[in-house]
Parts: sequence; C-alpha cells; structure tokens
Amino acid sequence: MTASTLATSSAAPPTRSAGPRSGRIRATLTRARTALGPSGIVAALFLLAVVVFALIAPLVAPADPNAQSLLDAYAGPSPEHLLGADGIGRDILSRLIYGSRTSLLGPALVVLVALAVGIPLALAGAWYGGAVDAVVARVFDLVYALPGLLLAVLAVALFGPGLTPAVVALSIAYVPFLARVVRAAARQQRVSPYVDALAVQGFGAARINVRHILRNITPVVLGQAAIAFGYALLDLASLSYLGLAVQAPTADWGVMVSDTDALMKGYWLPVVLPGLLIVACVLSLTVLGSRISGERPQPYLRRRRPRPAQDQRRRADRTSRSGDQP
Amino acid sequence: MTDATPLLELRGLGVQLPGDGGPRAVLHGIDLTLGAGEALGLVGESGSGKSMTMRAITGLLPPGAQLDGTVRFEGEDIAAMAPSTLRRYRDRGVGMVFQDPRAHINPTRRIGSFLTEALTLNRGLGRRAAQARAIATLSEVGIDEPERRLRQYPHELSGGMLQRVMIASVLLAEPRLLLADEPTTALDVTIQAEVVGILDQLRRDRGLGMVFVTHDLDLALAVCHRVAVMYAGRIVEVRSAERMHEENAHPYTRGLLGSRPAIDHRAERLTAIPGRPVSAFEAGPGCAFATRCAHVQPLCRERPPELAPFRGGLVRCHRVAEIHQETSDGTSSQEATA
Amino acid sequence: MNQQAGRTPSEAPAVSADGLGKVFRVPDGRGGHTTHAAVRDVSFEVAAHGSLGIVGESGSGKTTIARMLVGLERPSSGTIAVMGRDRSRPPRRGAERNRRAHELQIVFQDPYTSLDPRQSARSAVDEVIRHHTSLDGPQRAERLAELVDQVGLTNRQADARPCDLSGGQRQRVAIARALAAGPRVLVLDEAVSALDVSIQAQILNLLADIRAATGIAYLLISHDLAVVRQLCDDVLVLRRGRVVEQGACARVLDHPTQEYTRALRAAAPVPGWRPPGVAR
Repeated sequence: MTASTLATSSAAPPTRSAGPRSGRIRATLTRARTALGPSGIVAALFLLAVVVFALIAPLVAPADPNAQSLLDAYAGPSPEHLLGADGIGRDILSRLIYGSRTSLLGPALVVLVALAVGIPLALAGAWYGGAVDAVVARVFDLVYALPGLLLAVLAVALFGPGLTPAVVALSIAYVPFLARVVRAAARQQRVSPYVDALAVQGFGAARINVRHILRNITPVVLGQAAIAFGYALLDLASLSYLGLAVQAPTADWGVMVSDTDALMKGYWLPVVLPGLLIVACVLSLTVLGSRISGERPQPYLRRRRPRPAQDQRRRADRTSRSGDQP
Repeated sequence: MTDATPLLELRGLGVQLPGDGGPRAVLHGIDLTLGAGEALGLVGESGSGKSMTMRAITGLLPPGAQLDGTVRFEGEDIAAMAPSTLRRYRDRGVGMVFQDPRAHINPTRRIGSFLTEALTLNRGLGRRAAQARAIATLSEVGIDEPERRLRQYPHELSGGMLQRVMIASVLLAEPRLLLADEPTTALDVTIQAEVVGILDQLRRDRGLGMVFVTHDLDLALAVCHRVAVMYAGRIVEVRSAERMHEENAHPYTRGLLGSRPAIDHRAERLTAIPGRPVSAFEAGPGCAFATRCAHVQPLCRERPPELAPFRGGLVRCHRVAEIHQETSDGTSSQEATA
Repeated sequence: MNQQAGRTPSEAPAVSADGLGKVFRVPDGRGGHTTHAAVRDVSFEVAAHGSLGIVGESGSGKTTIARMLVGLERPSSGTIAVMGRDRSRPPRRGAERNRRAHELQIVFQDPYTSLDPRQSARSAVDEVIRHHTSLDGPQRAERLAELVDQVGLTNRQADARPCDLSGGQRQRVAIARALAAGPRVLVLDEAVSALDVSIQAQILNLLADIRAATGIAYLLISHDLAVVRQLCDDVLVLRRGRVVEQGACARVLDHPTQEYTRALRAAAPVPGWRPPGVAR
C-alpha cells in the first residue's frame, strides 16, 4: 500500500456515490435529447405514438376494422366515422389503427432476422480478417446486388402470396444493408488498443465481440436498423399494394393504398391517409436512424501527439462507412 | 533591442472560447515582447495555453473566440489591420512550423509544387526562378539532392525530412518571425536534435525572431534566449535560458524541472507535482497553481498573484520570496514538494 | 500480492527471448508482396523481479517485440519464454491463454484508446478479476478496492467512464487493469510517453512503488533514455530490429561502447545541452 497516497491530488472522501436512479435516468434523457436534436425528438415521439396505437388497437379503435355497413359506403368524416368510411363502409380510422399492426410487424421481422444473420457474420469477418473476411465480404456483395423487391416477387411466385415468403425474402436482401455497416464499425474497434488489451487478458473472441465491440457499435447498428426498418416498411407496403404480401381483407396500409376503386370514384381519403402514414413513418425512421448513428461510439476526444499516418487512417475509416439503400 | 520597436509585442493578451456555460477563458493577461533575432520559448503542459498564444499571434483563432489585449507586429496592432495588410502579415511577416508536417502538406502533390506554389502565385516568380529558390532553400535546411526531392511525393519522405520541407516552405516566404509549435514532438530524438539545430542556425543567419512552443523545458532552454513557463493560460515565470536552472523560483517551474528524470542518474524519487494540469477556466479566483502547490497559503487561493520581478526574472507567485528563503535554508526544494 | 517478494537470484528469468525475429509481408505497391524484417535475432533476459528497458527510435522494432511477448504477433523465428514456460506458439486452449495472461500483462502507450470507452474503471478491473480468480463478491470488491487504491485512483474516478478522466488517470486505470490479472511481468509499451511531464513523473513514481511492493518484473519499451534510466536496471538499445548494445543502465548509458548509443545519448536534450552545429 505504499503507492496509495503518493501522487493523487484529489483526496475526495471515499464515499461511494450510489448514484440515485432518478438522477441517472434524467442524465440519460438529457443525453438522448442532445443526441437526437429537435427533428429526432419529433420523429421518435411520432413513432412511439404509432407503436403504442398498434399495441392497444382494440382499446382505441372506434370500430371493428372489418365491420361492413354498405349504408355508410364512402361516407365523409362524421362523428360516427371520424375519418370517413371506405367503399364497403368500413371505418377508415379503425382500419388505419389496426393496419399499423401488420404494417409494422412485417418490417420488424425483416430487420430482426437480417440482424440475427448479419451481425455474427459481420463480427466474424471483422475479427478474423483475411480469408474469413474476404468470403463474408463477397457474400454480402453478392446479395447486395440482388434487388430486394425482385427477390420477394420470386419468393411469392414460388411459395404463393402471403406475408411470410415476402418477409423471408426481404430479410435476406437486407442482410448486407445492415451487416456492411456493422462490419465497418467492428473493424474500426478491432484495431483499437483496448481490444488488444482484452485479448492479452485472456478473454475469448466471442466475449470480446459481444461484450465490448458490439456494445461500442450499438448506436451505429441501431441507427442503420431504423433506416432499414423504414425501407422494409416501404417495400412490404409496395408488395401488399401489388397483392403479393398481406392479403386484401386484412387491414394493412399497403393494402389500403391499393384501393383504386375509391380513387376512381373520386374518394381520396381512404387511399391518401394510409399513404401519408407510410411516408411519415419512413421519414421518421430515416431521421431517427441517422441521428442515432450520428452518436458514434464515444471515442477519444483528444489524442495527444497523434501519430500522423494512424490518425489519418482512422479518420478515413470513419467517413467511408457506407449508408446506401439496397 | 529595447530602443527600437520590438518585432512582436503582446500586451494583456487574453482569449475566451465559447463553452457550455458562457465564454471560457483559455488565455489570460499574457505580456511578452520579442526582438528580431531573439528566440523565446513557451513551455507548458496541456491546457497551459501555449498553442493558443501562437494562434492569437497569427490572428487565427477558432470561431467564436474573443480576443482581449493587443498583439503588435513591428508596432502595428494586428486586430486593427486591414484585410490586405493582415494577409500580407500572415504571408510574409510570420511563418509557422507545425508539429505534424504530414497533416499540413497535401499528400497528392509533389514537394516541388508545394514549395513553389506561393512563389509563382503570390510573388509572380517564373517557374524556373521559383524552382531555383526552392532548391537553394532545401539545401539551406540540410536536405541532400534537393532537385530530386522536388519530384517526390510527401509519403516518400521520412517525418524528419518532411519537417525540413515544411521549414523550407516557411522560409521561402522570407518571414521575420518564425513560430514553431512543437516542431519536433513527433520526431525521433536524433532527428529532433538536427531539426532544432537547423531552426537555431536559420534564426541566427537570417536574424529571425522565433517563438518556440514545447512541452520539453530542457529543449526550450537549449534553443531559446528566454523561456516563459505557462500554466493554466497564464505566464508564471519568465527567465533567461542560461539562468533558468540556477534561479528558477516559481513552484511550478521547480516542479517541472524535478519531474523530468535525468539521463545520467536515477533519482530516488521524482518531484511529482500532485494532481493534473488545469485549464484557465478551471482555475479558482486565486493563483491557478494553488491546487497543486506544496507552499499554498490561504492568500494564494483568494487573490491572483501578479507577474513581478524576482532575481533577474519575472515570477507570478505571492510567496516566491519566502519560498526562496525556506529552500535556500538547507531544505532542498525536492523535500519540500515531495 | 502486497508483501515484499523474496528476490532469490536462482529463480528462472521472468522473460527470456532467444534469437527472436519477425518478418512482415508488406504490399510492394505493384500487387505483390515483399518482406520486411522488423526484428532480427534479438536475445535478452529479464531477471525475476528485474527490469529491462528496450530503447530505440521509430522503426527499431521495439513495439513488435512487445506485441510478440504478449501474443499479439507470432514470432517468425526464435523463442520466447515467460517464467520459464515457452510461448513462441499461439495458445491451444483457453486455459493456456489464461495462464499466459496471468503471467504477463501489458500497458499501452495511448491512454485515450486503450480503455473500452463504455466501461468504467471499476467495471474494467472487476471484469479481469472475475475472469482470473474464483473470488466471491465481497472478496472481489476487496481486491478491487485494493487495486484502485494501489494505483492512486479515488472512488469517484473509479466509477467514471474514460471520457471523463484525464490522460494520467486513464493510464492509472490501465495499470490497475493489468495488475488485476496478478501478473509476474508487466510490459510497459511507451506507457508514459503520451503524458504531460508532471503526470509522467507521478506514473513513474507509481510504477517504482508497485515494483517495490510486489516484486513484479518490468519490461519497459521506450524512446526516452531518461525514463529508462529512472525505472530500469538494465537496458537494451535497438536499431532497425537489431540489438546494438545491452547491459546495466549505468554501464551502457554512462559509458556506451557503440557509436549509435553515443549518438542517442548526445541527441537527448538535458540541462546544458545545445543543438548540434551551434556554438553560442
């Protein structure tokens, strides 16, 4: 214990601050607010509202989404039907609320499956490098070259229309979109001395990757996942619009947009409202995604006496992360 | 150099940067003068404000920065200069050598085009004449085969070689004041010796004024006439380089000298200064060094000391006379601060 | 850990390297590869509880040697043994990896990148203790407090994330994390080079105290002769991958026999030093 007292100035009393929970939550909220910015906060609140409505649909929907009443066909907004009714008299507001369930469930599955497949591959490529990385990268490139929608159409052609084949096909197509970003971010972490230090401590590759590298690149992964969610929502809506994914009587935004009959008769409300919701969700997800990944893994605020070459390389790595759409 | 206008004069120089809770002072009341042919060292740790002083001298402060006091170059206040005069001052008045030459030389262009660009564009020199000047200057900074170097790219040159190219590029503008900001920190020690040798030679041959910023007090003492030790955005001691080792008086200067291990013996224990260096805005109302000083008294925490003459130098310390008294009475400074 | 360790001269050397070499394949810019020998036929020993400084300029291969010692690079030739056990080949299984970690640890140069940015000092050190020992909760907490205290961190600093700590404090965390594995040898890869002068002195004093208290052996990689003199008994001068000179610090630094060692010494700015070719 000879070393204990020598060189530190701060002789703070050894009271271990237990960190009151509320304070920590408040700090997290403040951090989130500064990271998201005004546009991000609006996007997040909007998406939160959509998700909440989807979850409690039976409680908030004024009517059964499939209850027909031909008397009310193409009724305008009224106290009975707040947003009017469609061609067979179904309540549009209720259909929008219930429709959010299928409309959100599909993309959520796509993103989850793509992450589940992509993250392990990307981490393995970044960790082992060399031949492993080359194979992983080529596989990503190959899948990246396949248009997701075409793949989905192909799957539907083979297995018949429905949500499942469309989701499976899109999941495959979205793997590279997510995994490329994960790989780039993980490679950057891989060469950090802290990862070397952990390896020297005897920790295994799996633990270092999951407990340290993945944790540090979480913002990047979440951000990209949000953007992917938006695109998948759009893709699935398009497929439903074409009658290839969610099938007609089910309330779904994509299905609702495909109600050309209403448009022809001059009733735009049943078509435009779900369309607007899709656009708003995709936009919010994109905004939120870029704001989240903007909060990069909190790095090294100041590096003293940087080695020139290294520093530039690191900067180049940071900017070369791709963020394009499949 | 006292009779004529000094080459460079800083009076009450202060810089505030925008921060979370309003402006934050990073530099405070800097007074310095420099004559032609004179070398002045600015020595300090991180946050001491030595690099910010350099930026203030060139008038290149970060956005939102607020400047107090004056910087005069050959008697002219740079804050009052017309834009064209200011450009001329930055071009021909003052030249700056940075720590990391690789970050300041375009990697995609040959050394020749880097060196001659300013000559052909700003001075209207012909290509041939500009090349000849570049070659002459490269030999002056000790680069062999200068003709061949002109055709090379930055990545083909070592760090030490590139720093010489950087110095040559500064010299081509024929400045009267040379600012060197940690010019050798990224270099190996043998290369460092050569580069500071070249800077020293040039200063004497060309009668340049030089401000040499470094964290290495012994290095500054070796190349400068006078050395100003900075702490938390203030100058705490100014003294001639020759007398610094014998006459140093400020507890921080003493701490710095005691902190450096020696090459020819092992110290039983280094005189470590406790705590860490602070920035100007972190310092309390009194002496900025009070939190780390072994000689601190209540007065030190209350009132900021002034930079006052003491034994041939200037020292910013309330208790400098008493400390000098104490430490020359048997107890060595080592024991007092350990 | 904390009692004065006995220093019997008969113990096996902490580290012994014999004919160590490392050849890197580097792209030649035309699609092919050429080889670059970073380390060539380097042999040295660090006595048990001893301290060796490896000194060299950039490109001398000193960092490559450190990376080979900790297993981050595989030697192209020669052997390395730590505490008498060979580690020239990568470990076959986890237990072997842990045993090596238990014998030798490293502190890196840059305190800004060598800590996981999302992990507090306490959690980083605790993770290592948990990994290397079978201590229960209270025992671990005790060991943790001991380490935090030993490297001179306050409790508040131990709970902070790296981004809220200064360079010197981060380096203390890195030292605590290295010590947590209970190593017999500590490799210090330029571990004080990036620090402010006054902080460097604190860390050098701290390292000297730790060695006095635990009898741990040091292998210090540095470009700074004075730092080596302060912390090490022996020194090895390295140039372009080869050993120039080695021996006791006092002998090599005060009476160098090799031209390169003399040049290194002469170039270091010490009190009264003047840059070459300058007479005032």
